Amino acid sequence: MNCSRFCLAATAVLLFLGIGGCSEDKKSQPAPKAGSAEMKTVDVTIGVVAPLTGPQSHIGKDLENAVRLAAEDANAAKISVGGSVLKFQIMAEDDQADPKMAPVVAQKLADARVNAVVGHFNSGTTIPASKIYSDAGIPQISPSATNPKYTEQGFRTAFRVVANDNQQGKVVGEYIAKDLKSKALAIIDDRTAYGQGVADVVQKSATAAGTKVVAREYTTDKSTDFKAILTKIKSRKPDVIFFGGIDTQAGPMLKQMKSLGISAQYVGADGIQSTELFKLGGDAVEGTLASFPGLPLDRMPQGKSFGERYRTKWNQDVVLYAPQGYDAFNVFIEAMKKAGSTEPAKFLPELARIDYGGITGPIRFDEKGDIKDGPITMFKAVGGKWVPVATIGGPAPAAEKK
Amino acid sequence: MDILLQQLINGITLGSIYALVALGYTMVYGIVGLINFAHGELVMVGALTALSVIQALMTSGLGLPPAVIVLAGLLVAVPVCMLLAYAMERIAYRPLRGAPRLAPLITAIGVSIVLQNLAMLVWGRSYFSFPGVVNVTTYSVGGAAVTDQQIVIVLLAAALMAGLLVVVHRTRLGLAMRATAENSTVAGLMGVDANRVIVAAFLLGAALAAIAGLMVSAYYGIAHYYMGFMLGLKAFTAAVLGGIGNLAGAMLGGLLLGVIESLGAGYIGDLTGDVLGSNYQDVFAFFVLILVLTIRPSGLLGERISERA
Repeated sequence: MNCSRFCLAATAVLLFLGIGGCSEDKKSQPAPKAGSAEMKTVDVTIGVVAPLTGPQSHIGKDLENAVRLAAEDANAAKISVGGSVLKFQIMAEDDQADPKMAPVVAQKLADARVNAVVGHFNSGTTIPASKIYSDAGIPQISPSATNPKYTEQGFRTAFRVVANDNQQGKVVGEYIAKDLKSKALAIIDDRTAYGQGVADVVQKSATAAGTKVVAREYTTDKSTDFKAILTKIKSRKPDVIFFGGIDTQAGPMLKQMKSLGISAQYVGADGIQSTELFKLGGDAVEGTLASFPGLPLDRMPQGKSFGERYRTKWNQDVVLYAPQGYDAFNVFIEAMKKAGSTEPAKFLPELARIDYGGITGPIRFDEKGDIKDGPITMFKAVGGKWVPVATIGGPAPAAEKK
Repeated sequence: MDILLQQLINGITLGSIYALVALGYTMVYGIVGLINFAHGELVMVGALTALSVIQALMTSGLGLPPAVIVLAGLLVAVPVCMLLAYAMERIAYRPLRGAPRLAPLITAIGVSIVLQNLAMLVWGRSYFSFPGVVNVTTYSVGGAAVTDQQIVIVLLAAALMAGLLVVVHRTRLGLAMRATAENSTVAGLMGVDANRVIVAAFLLGAALAAIAGLMVSAYYGIAHYYMGFMLGLKAFTAAVLGGIGNLAGAMLGGLLLGVIESLGAGYIGDLTGDVLGSNYQDVFAFFVLILVLTIRPSGLLGERISERA
């Protein structure tokens, strides 16, 4: 009896040690300079964090794909900085769109001493993670977080390559009031930092422009049942319904709106403006409007060719923020080149004053870390595709058609 | 109050689905004394299996009519769920037949986690959209919108519940189930094979769960590997509300919970002056659970399938 218990315990301990040993992540340590003929190489690890699993995984994977493509391109180009050729590696982490997971994952990247981070995707995760990257001195560019708070915290390492919700929400609110001439606006948000933030700005700017808000309802970013709140909204007879949230909720919401016989115009922000919305909502999506803090893919300076290369490599279309992710990665490379070093402390000042022509357009940051002159585009869902209907702001347009 | 009718209609539809799932919980508890927390996962597996079949048939280009496609999905999902339930019973629960109550309870939670992760491996982690197989037509009744989908769900659920009651009260198997629920040892002495009866309870519950799964994913338009968790908890609450172990109780509890949730989510903003919003919709189920357990633990209809000595 004693022996078998002891043996059992010993086996358990050995198993744990074994499992623990086996699951060691491949950490990136600056490898000894691999000698290939005369060129020295330096390992550069860029972290990318997004929801790789769960309801928003299609958007997260899209970002990871873009960054991997960028790394491949960069490695093929054999970029040399400070006399050594850069060898890029990606450390992709999953934050599950959960504000509680974000700091954990961020700490993991900080401990691995990555050179820079492209991430996170959601505002709700980017904001808590930014503190950790700031403390570790790791530059961070978010390709998609639009909540203004991210850059208002005053971290020198926080940047974004998209316009923020103060601009996006304002554009949407004014569009609803002036272009859609809405008299009765209903607003739903998913209570995340992003959804709530953009909905509040839309409410403010639509009200200021003369629209009356007749209902304000809430849901969560995991719900699938919206019948109760849609029924309540229906009774207030809105002509426009704005939803601050992600396509995973918007799809079923549109379907349920249709079955309840609600004919109001549906408007959303960048969270719903993905190619996945058409799969999630079917033909209930037709006619939906959505904003995006950037240019349409085929109006970006190199958008079309990026779209094709992405499609060839990953066998699917760009979902949402892939071009921004690609540019974020390359902005880091540009800063490293300008500073002549891959060390964060050295290229961070260059990052702040970068002037880079990316595939999404010119990228320059203001003193808070927001992109300067970020354009906002309004899209309409027509025939299973997003068609741009208006572009507001942005740098002086080159051959822009309205 | 013009939305009252609409909220009621939504609530009754939702409640019918809860009732179907709650029946599975209540039957198993009545006969074995075990709360099968993995039952919600059976609903999920049913939904995802039916979804896969429906998607495959739609893209196969065979041009089958929508009703046939849905039926095919159902015909595959029900046996799969029944098989899964049988496996659950044989592998996880039967060995613990005589063990103290805590062991099967924890095992049930474990089975639930295993099934969620298996589903994640098989179907992936993304949310699947239920394809628009059947066109949904909306009728206007007294200012409220009723879809033919809702009518089908309520009628089908009612028919299934009636069928189950017939089985339990009018067939030999039902007699055996009630006898085993009352006293399994004496029932054994009377020639009732307890194992067969228990397996039958699991299989019946699983069949209902599979159909409920298809209903849920069609009604909300979405299915994913984690959908069974919340639904299972709410159906369990519904079973407790009606009186766990009591079939009519499960049906009543389910309907009631659906209506409470629907009305609650619709009116909570008005009632609390917008302090609490409709994002607290899920809270109602658990609030009800707490109330029931504190005030009337035996549930609304009280007695079980049969009285225990």
